[in-house]
Amino acid sequence: MAAGKEFNATDYIQHHLTFLTKPVGEGGFWSLNVDTLITSALIGALAMGAIWWVVRGATSGVPGRRQAFVELLIEFIDEQVKGIFHHGDRNKFVAPAALTVFVWVLVMNAMDFLPIDIVVAPLEWMGLHAWRPVPTADVNTTFALALSVWLLMIWFSIAAKGLGGWLHELYCAPFGKNPLLWIPNLLLNFIEYVSKPLSHALRLFGNMYAGEIIFLLLWLLAATGVFGSLVAVVFGLGWAIFHILIVALQAYIFMMLTVVYLAMAHEHH
Amino acid sequence: MSFNLTLIAQALTFALFIWFTVKVVWPFMLRAIEARQKTIADGLAAAEQGHRSLEASRRQAGEAIEQSRERAGEILAQAEKRAAQMLDEAKQAARAEGEREKAAAKAEIQQEVSRAREQLRDHVAALAVAGAEKILRREVDAKAHAELLDGIKKQL
Repeated sequence: MAAGKEFNATDYIQHHLTFLTKPVGEGGFWSLNVDTLITSALIGALAMGAIWWVVRGATSGVPGRRQAFVELLIEFIDEQVKGIFHHGDRNKFVAPAALTVFVWVLVMNAMDFLPIDIVVAPLEWMGLHAWRPVPTADVNTTFALALSVWLLMIWFSIAAKGLGGWLHELYCAPFGKNPLLWIPNLLLNFIEYVSKPLSHALRLFGNMYAGEIIFLLLWLLAATGVFGSLVAVVFGLGWAIFHILIVALQAYIFMMLTVVYLAMAHEHH
Repeated sequence: MSFNLTLIAQALTFALFIWFTVKVVWPFMLRAIEARQKTIADGLAAAEQGHRSLEASRRQAGEAIEQSRERAGEILAQAEKRAAQMLDEAKQAARAEGEREKAAAKAEIQQEVSRAREQLRDHVAALAVAGAEKILRREVDAKAHAELLDGIKKQL
């Protein structure tokens, strides 16, 4: 908020929930959320680049602290994948994909910890009047990830069972082969194929969006005066600490669901 | 909550990140981890091997010690036997030597005795002759009685 202007709670919230949108064509769909794209790509590249930088000089001897940390992360992911995915070489795709999902979602979620007004202020001076720093609080991001996983799921399903096998399963699972059951089977599979990406994307989006809103409400409290600021600091600290759990847990859940969906796609019914 | 082109752009970014991890990050780490696992496994195997060879050499050493102890015992027994034997032999030799010395001494004494007796005999004969001479100086002719005197000498 600029100095001298009347402070307005609705404006404040709306201001922080507005994307920096650039239209690239006709119609509402043909526009890009520049803030989401830049933030996600930047921190994703930073995180993955950091891992790459450590891993590039990885030694099979005694690891340094940095390498030990990255190994811990990779072995944690690998352990989870090993427990779920038993359908071939997990190192070829599923495990590294899980690592990407976990790390990327984690750093995107973690953007929520940054104090929003301090992040936004310098951008405001540069003339960018809207900037949302948490990419996972944008449905476009969570659905992009969930739908990518969904496409991979269908791709692996067809790759593992063949197109015929996949179509056969659409009609003959989970109830049985009886022609009378074809329609119920198809319906149930349709619901499953719709609900999977929906729940996958909305769970992450909902959690991160709610986290952002609660921070905004606390900062609104801070705008009421000195006492309000003190209370907001205490509550903000409490929420931030609790939010660490949510940030890590949501990244973990998103990664686990990705692995589970990809593993299920390999299963024959 | 509105969808726009960001959806596709983010999906593309996601695909790029996955590709990067699959191709670049994961294989590097996996190689290092697998190499370390192999090193550790090798080390454990070597330790196991060392343990086993240590056990074997300990057993061998024990056997060798046992053997040499037996051998030492044998040698000791042999030496003792030999010593006893040597002692026996020495005793025997000493006894034999003593016997011999005694015999030699006896023989010498015998010789001395017989020599003394011979001398004594000569002296007695000479004395007897001298006495007889003194008694018979006037009437006995030494030449005439030499045969008689010799006979007496022999009887002594």
